[in-house]
Amino acid sequence: MIPFQYTRASDVADAIKQIAADPSAKFIAGGTNLLDLIKYDVATPTRLIDISRLPLGNVEETANGGVLIGALVPNTDLAYHPLIEARYPLLSRSILAGASQQLRNMASTGGNLVQRTRCFYFYDATTPCNKREPGSGCSAIDGINRINAILGTSQSCIATHPSDMCVALAVLEAIVHVTGPAGARTIALADFHRLPDNTPQIDTNLEPDEIITAIELPAKGFSTNYSYLKIRDRLSYAFALVSVAAALELDGDTIKEARVALGGVAHKPWRSPAAEVVLRGQRADASTFANAADILLRGARGFGHNDFKIGLARRAIVRTLSQAARGTPQSISDKKIR
Amino acid sequence: MTHSGTTKPKGPIAAAPEKIPITLIVNGAEAKLSVAPWTTLLDALRDYLDLTGTKKGCDHGQCGACTVLVDGRRINSCLTLAVMKEGAEVTTVEGLARNGELHPLQQAFIDHDAFQCGYCTSGQICSAAGLIAEGKAKTADEIRELMSGNICRCGAYPNIVAAIQQAMGRS
Repeated sequence: MIPFQYTRASDVADAIKQIAADPSAKFIAGGTNLLDLIKYDVATPTRLIDISRLPLGNVEETANGGVLIGALVPNTDLAYHPLIEARYPLLSRSILAGASQQLRNMASTGGNLVQRTRCFYFYDATTPCNKREPGSGCSAIDGINRINAILGTSQSCIATHPSDMCVALAVLEAIVHVTGPAGARTIALADFHRLPDNTPQIDTNLEPDEIITAIELPAKGFSTNYSYLKIRDRLSYAFALVSVAAALELDGDTIKEARVALGGVAHKPWRSPAAEVVLRGQRADASTFANAADILLRGARGFGHNDFKIGLARRAIVRTLSQAARGTPQSISDKKIR
Repeated sequence: MTHSGTTKPKGPIAAAPEKIPITLIVNGAEAKLSVAPWTTLLDALRDYLDLTGTKKGCDHGQCGACTVLVDGRRINSCLTLAVMKEGAEVTTVEGLARNGELHPLQQAFIDHDAFQCGYCTSGQICSAAGLIAEGKAKTADEIRELMSGNICRCGAYPNIVAAIQQAMGRS
């Protein structure tokens, strides 16, 4: 690894002060993504500011029936937290679908949000990549792009956001609490991550001198009719080729409320309000779900190796919505997709 | 990078930061060492404390060979800075046996021939110790899923699962 300085932040205010004073510094919490990037010479911070000991490790109920998750709660603890398992099982399942137990034990909730969007070329410092080196070009568009995006892409970048947790957070309409020199503010999960456009080097709308302090879940948890389905090249411990988070509220066979988000297909978790509109008020059956899939995938475009993702996503959306409607969410350990 | 483009480092990088003194509790004994900030826990264990049972496989958190228990939880020591674990209790494969008796997992791996080359084994065993402590895996499917962070390129997986089941008392 390259040499860097190491300091600890004594509290949130100190963390903000330290990062504002040294723009080439980075916060480190779990470190699972950042240290990996440093080892590949993709991230080159001159100083790491250790925020892992800040008191941001609680999970607590909010006055309006939701839950506030401290940014430093480890992914494992969040997935197995009784409140999350009971009221937000979609979130629990999505977390357990990602990474390995060792990584989940280290990775923080806030860190999961700011892990870099991923592409093999981004990680290979010998190749052009607009995300790593703006203006150098995109190697993936005409390269080996099996894992890359099919939605929301630009001429400059077709990388995907790899988080499973964030796909569920998109469905649950989580709110990100951040603090910076100008004070605290909130960012809706949908507005937190960015599409690449002409600035793929910027993954999120978090300012460089801001810190995530908490993730808030609204009261609605969809704990009866939900499913998270992740399709990947291995049965476990691999990034999604396509993943789907689905949550429904049913009145008999009729869909009262519906939310669907896709992972592994875009620079951010992918939702489409229009797709959810065509679900509401309709019968919960395969043809309704297929209509929604068509709208969610409107404008999808493959780049050669990843063309298969469009058809795969269409089938995965229908299957996941069917699982949610039946009340039989995809199992984490039984790999059969029913 | 997102936030680094415009600002040059304030001093020459070559003026390497001084080593930082830390204390770890490793396999029950206090260990004091002085490490550069970028020293991983894996390198601290192997190069500073001569505990070479913990293996460096991929060095990127993808293979699990470096798995150790920190404060009772299994983690990848290759993606952990030693300085961040000041004061932590670390258990490596060398710390599992008690009074000259192998840990039940170590014995089970022998009983079931749960390895071929053995390079992944210390990580597999530490990971399995973490898995048993978590208490989430009950079935073979659940063991497979929650052990997926440990790769065995010899393909000893069926015997590894059997060994873990034996150690869990479910053989």
